[in-house]
Amino acid sequence: MLASLLFVGLGPQGTHALHASEQGAVSYNRDVRPILSDNCFRCHGPDSASRQAELRLDQHDSAIQDRDGLRAITPGKSAESEVFRRLTTSDPGERMPPTDSGQTLTAEERETIRRWIDAGANYEAHWSLIPPQSPALPEVERKDWPRGEIDRFILQRLEQAGLSPAPEANRALLLRRLSLDLTGLPPTLDELDAFLADDSPQAYERVVDRLLASPRYGERMALEWLDLARYADTNGYFSDLERQMWRWRDWLIAAFNSNQPYDQFTIEQLAGDLLPAATIEQKIATGLHRNHPVTNETGVIDEEYRVEYVGDRAETTAAIWLGLTLGCARCHDHKYDPLSQREYYQLFAFFNNVPEKGMITGTANPPPVLQLFSAAEQQQLQQFQQQRGALETAWKAAEKRLEQPFLAWQKTAAEALPAACPADAAAWYDFSDGGVERIGRSQPAKAVDRIRYGDGVRGQGALLDNGGHFEFACDFAPEPNSPFTLSAWIRPAAAQTGCILSKIEPAGNLRGLEVLWYRRQIRVDLVHQWASSAIELTTESRFAPHEWHHVAVTYDGSGKAAGLKIYVDAELQPARTERDDLSGPIVNDEPWRIGRKDETMGFDGLIDEVQIVPRELSREELSGVYSSQLVGGALAVPAEKRSSGQKQQLLEYYLRQAAPADDLNAYQRWTTLNKQQAELLAGIETTMVMQEMSTPRETHVLVRGQYDQPGETVASDVPACLPPLAAAAPRNRLGLAQWLVDPGHPLTARVAVNRLWQQFFGVGLVKTVNDFGSQGEPPSHPELLDWLAIEFVRSGWNVKVLQKRIVMSAAYRQSSRATAELIQRDPENRLLARGPRFRLPAELIRDQALAVSGLLTDKIGGPSVKPYQPEGLWEAVSYNGDYSYEQDHGSALYRRSLYTYWKRQSPPPALLAFDAPTRETCVVQRSRTNTPLQALVLLNDTTYIEAARVLAQRALLHAPGDEQRLRYAFRRATCRWPEADEAARLRELFKQERAAFAEHPKAADALLAVGEWPRDRSLDPLDHAAWTNVMCVLLNLDETVTRP
Amino acid sequence: MPASANIAAEWTRRQFFSRSSVALGATALASLLPGDALATPSAAQGGILSSPHFAPRAKRVIYLFMHGGPAQMDLFDYKPQLKAQHGRDLPASVRGNQRLTGMTSGQKSFPVVSSLFKFSQYGPSGMWVSELLPQLGQVADKLCFVRSMHTEAINHDPAVTYLQTGHQLAGRPSMGSWLSYGLGSESEDLPAFVVLLSRGSAARPDDPLYARLWGSGFLPSNHQGVSFRSDGDPVLYLSNPPGVDGASRRRVLDALGALNRKQADLVGDPEIRTRIAQYEMAFRMQASVPELADLSRESEQTLDAYGRFVRTPGTFAANCLLARRLVERGVRFVQLYHRGWDQHYNLPSDLRLQCQDVDQPAAALIRDLAQRGLLDETLVIWGGEFGRTIYSQGKLEATNYGRDHHPRCFTIWLAGGGIRPGVVHGETDDFSYNIVRDSVHVHDLNATILHCLGVDHTRLTYRFQGRDFRLTDVHGRVVNEILR
Repeated sequence: MLASLLFVGLGPQGTHALHASEQGAVSYNRDVRPILSDNCFRCHGPDSASRQAELRLDQHDSAIQDRDGLRAITPGKSAESEVFRRLTTSDPGERMPPTDSGQTLTAEERETIRRWIDAGANYEAHWSLIPPQSPALPEVERKDWPRGEIDRFILQRLEQAGLSPAPEANRALLLRRLSLDLTGLPPTLDELDAFLADDSPQAYERVVDRLLASPRYGERMALEWLDLARYADTNGYFSDLERQMWRWRDWLIAAFNSNQPYDQFTIEQLAGDLLPAATIEQKIATGLHRNHPVTNETGVIDEEYRVEYVGDRAETTAAIWLGLTLGCARCHDHKYDPLSQREYYQLFAFFNNVPEKGMITGTANPPPVLQLFSAAEQQQLQQFQQQRGALETAWKAAEKRLEQPFLAWQKTAAEALPAACPADAAAWYDFSDGGVERIGRSQPAKAVDRIRYGDGVRGQGALLDNGGHFEFACDFAPEPNSPFTLSAWIRPAAAQTGCILSKIEPAGNLRGLEVLWYRRQIRVDLVHQWASSAIELTTESRFAPHEWHHVAVTYDGSGKAAGLKIYVDAELQPARTERDDLSGPIVNDEPWRIGRKDETMGFDGLIDEVQIVPRELSREELSGVYSSQLVGGALAVPAEKRSSGQKQQLLEYYLRQAAPADDLNAYQRWTTLNKQQAELLAGIETTMVMQEMSTPRETHVLVRGQYDQPGETVASDVPACLPPLAAAAPRNRLGLAQWLVDPGHPLTARVAVNRLWQQFFGVGLVKTVNDFGSQGEPPSHPELLDWLAIEFVRSGWNVKVLQKRIVMSAAYRQSSRATAELIQRDPENRLLARGPRFRLPAELIRDQALAVSGLLTDKIGGPSVKPYQPEGLWEAVSYNGDYSYEQDHGSALYRRSLYTYWKRQSPPPALLAFDAPTRETCVVQRSRTNTPLQALVLLNDTTYIEAARVLAQRALLHAPGDEQRLRYAFRRATCRWPEADEAARLRELFKQERAAFAEHPKAADALLAVGEWPRDRSLDPLDHAAWTNVMCVLLNLDETVTRP
Repeated sequence: MPASANIAAEWTRRQFFSRSSVALGATALASLLPGDALATPSAAQGGILSSPHFAPRAKRVIYLFMHGGPAQMDLFDYKPQLKAQHGRDLPASVRGNQRLTGMTSGQKSFPVVSSLFKFSQYGPSGMWVSELLPQLGQVADKLCFVRSMHTEAINHDPAVTYLQTGHQLAGRPSMGSWLSYGLGSESEDLPAFVVLLSRGSAARPDDPLYARLWGSGFLPSNHQGVSFRSDGDPVLYLSNPPGVDGASRRRVLDALGALNRKQADLVGDPEIRTRIAQYEMAFRMQASVPELADLSRESEQTLDAYGRFVRTPGTFAANCLLARRLVERGVRFVQLYHRGWDQHYNLPSDLRLQCQDVDQPAAALIRDLAQRGLLDETLVIWGGEFGRTIYSQGKLEATNYGRDHHPRCFTIWLAGGGIRPGVVHGETDDFSYNIVRDSVHVHDLNATILHCLGVDHTRLTYRFQGRDFRLTDVHGRVVNEILR
């Protein structure tokens, strides 16, 4: 613990100091620029707006310019350089950096500046902007150590620092390291045994080749890229609605598995849609830049968010491919790097031509999208097309035949309809004639607040808006022993809960009765005393807003929930009983209310035909009322004014009542086909993609980055500090992507190989993986970085070849054991005098537990899955608590963690605890923390308890003796045999646990019931439970969760 | 030797959460901070600041976030003269070129609604407080009202994110994580930054919350807030699995510790010893967290003071009491979110319900902290993400109206550590629409909060992507006028 604090002091400046102390000459890029950038460039650098005294210290000409006899820098003469004087003066008014900047230079830094000026103040272009030059391979003293070029670069630094490399790690650990690095999974025992038995010189290389060819490789490589791509399964902002982007994720895995060259990989993700004859896969690849969060918050200003999306794409592109912090140039010129605000918007322009909105509406993937028909769906659609002709002809013929009879029928149909209201109704409000018509034994309803009227089902309906409602008195007072039927038509304007009909107290016991439109369901409450004596019933189905629904509640007077039924459109609804303990009267002094309960729950939408009948209507009677109101309503409207819905209702009623059976049949076959086809099309999977508008949007510099402050118009282009776009290149995303992967580009290959290096060594050669600019750290091994970049391009951007070079190196194969002295000297292991050792990423900890226990499912791809997660997390934060995590079952519980459903608002908590990001922005480097919450996850999460239980089961079935069982399980978890004292300690634990379970056998059953994987009941439960706790130790070992 | 004796030597109280090791992060951040004063995370403090920049007035924060945007003119910003304007269109000169949300920008008229509620004056400041908050009125002598808060964001998601992270979009660390990072925790066995959520009683649906509001952004993730829950485990994964009791868990940890120590000796990686210590901390949390949530030792008098819902876990009342218990135990930052303040419609009925939720518990919290001598060193903040419009959203009726989001002015109050009690700061125009005096921006508020904790908001920085980021971005002015 203390040692980890000693990391402090060895950061960018730390390695920089390491360089300077080792070598005599001062280098501008390595030694001077970091000091100037950090302390001076903010006011004397690239940003013209904040520049002071017209002085730039990032440019030679400005620095040496004669200013009334003074020069900021006089090459060769620090004593005549104003810069040096101001850095060293004791006058606080003259001292630089100014006191209020909070910046100061150390004595060592001031000395570096002095030496640099005295040596001639040579400026160099920033190292990362100069294309890599093929370096000479270093000569080393210890000729027997290097296995390849990489090692010569590493060894040279070690020899300079007076360090020696560590010996090679033992073979078992080496295999574990390799397997975890290349596939994210530990080796199986068979793989381990095979490797240990293979004493040929090619054994190691054969394993490398096997792992690189494994389908697991693509899943492992995708992990980092998903962070870069801010991939998730939800939209992120406001309601955080679901999206479908897993096709892009699957494209990514396949691209890694097929070892797609990095240049092609780049082009397809940035501009696959613009390639000639682009394939579906190439279009899917462009989903990279649709992965960013989007909002559906009502009331946002569309352009404000659209601009954010475009900016995110430009900045993410710069982070992934250029390693540049482009975002710093959004509101003003970059303070440290030669990136102007204008250039920001030139890059922005490449991504500004997508036909998209800032505020998304609806629940489907926001456009532009690609529709992805499965083979079965294609076939089904074709089948529908084939059937169309015949079915349409048949029905059209019938329709023509029936035209006259149908018209004739309409003239008399109204008389033949069943009653629109039962004769014994206690109340019926149909809202016709501009007001409220009273029918039955009720009083006229009093409108409270203003009511508007709109088209109802039959004549007018009342249009309520959350506030206005009706109150009325009625002879009928509902009681637990009095049967009744309540019914109404509703057309809700929103999903928001509102009361349809109530007679209920506002406070106290909340006694009474209410029928609610409740989160798109119908809910009925009969309350004697709230929360202790009531019947509460809610439909299982949810209903669409903006459509008419006939809602009826019937009750038999039994006092039980079983006596309460809910019908929607005359169909009995399956309903959930939330409470069934009504034990007293529900009578109260409140009026009946339509469209509201007491002071709250105003209904938003149309209500029509409210009826109260003091008996339980049968399904047939209800059906009659329903049809009569619907058809009667349609008939009452002049034919030319009928809505299409009304025309259809009339026609269907006529066909059922009065037309030949064959004609009804023809109609039904035709409409069923149409319905099925519409459903098929609505169910087609989509994935979001990039697309260009035919006329590109005009791009402006946005003043201070504000969406509503457009400045000068700019055209798409690349920053001037980098090579220009080829003259013939298209000025679109394709041109940009091709420019990025031009072999002469100074950044793309370096940034890519550095990120890959980080995967294997825990830290990049450039530690600031996201910043290759002036504020970033210079590479620890600059020549090696360049050599790797050049080789990478020369190999045809071959990722697997590069990775093979890395893992074949002696540097990679070193043992990670270290002395305290070495750790103190190089805590971050930048010089690589030992093998890299670090805790596994969040996903791999879980994947490994699943693999070690044998639970892992090896299915690749598909929609994301929902494994175990504590209950209530989504409800606690989602809109109105409306969204719940519905855990999957079966093999979906045991998929690799990159398939775990990623809700940005509430990401998987067990992954978050291990430093997984929220996936809202591009992340190039996760932090790696060590916290008690991580211990709680590994000790108590169902995932790990179940894994321990199943591993115990496996061990019990594997061998008869305790020692063998232990050795087997230990090796599965760590790839090595336990040592005698370790085995003894764990056997002791087993004995203790078994004795404890023997005293509490029910505790054993309880533990063995954790998780859904079936338990082998033939095993002794005490043994099984005790072993489960021992396995828990194995899964929690530091060694297990660490890549060795 | 019993394993636990060894363990005692391996952890110290200084190492919980924020002090836990951060292999890459701590190195990067420590070495990149400007100036040597900030360079070393001290074992004595636990945060990145070896000592505060100046003497702190508060050690801890309880932030009562009223999510949705409470209507300032119905609660605090009393405008009696508006009765005469009631129902008339808001003068264009007042509205100016203010940008409106997409919800009311299409409205044909903007009828002014004077508040339906009665106001009374309280305390030495003579602060006007609505009849909906009588209990808070009673403690007005301890509160400092700021009527001149303003923001740029006009919608919930960006506005809440702005207040909590200093930026309207995702990606930045939240205030609590900044303080965890800067100051560490004083608690032996609780996290530095705890989050408590409650739902509002209003009929209107609660607007959503996001993990990012208590996330650590680009700070090391051990600084993220830990959400204490009312259902299930108070802290996720806290309970042992079924069938495993404390004694069994102890035995498992002893065996685990023994094997891990052997590995530490062999490999030499200091992370292993950190991990051993974290397992012991986890074990201690299994006792300390349930103790925290157990209210049985609270007196009836205390419980009654917080109101009848204090015994219902997950209510605002229960969370207020929990907040007091958390700061008593040294938790640095307790963030409450009470949802449901988004009164676009049915404001009179819904606002009443929301106020019933918070009035008594919030007042009880102030009194309780004061009685225990904790208020002086605890900063309490009450407020939402923006205010609401003086004009009605939708139809204005005799007893009903709604109000849209309003970023140009809103009222919050602060109390306790470092804050001048019994004062009113700032003033709005006759329409509670524009600020006429002493405006306080989101960044100013955040700068002031940090100031109360002894932190110079310009000097608590973290280098990310080459730039030194801070909670207040490049803005923020400490509002000295409201400080003691």
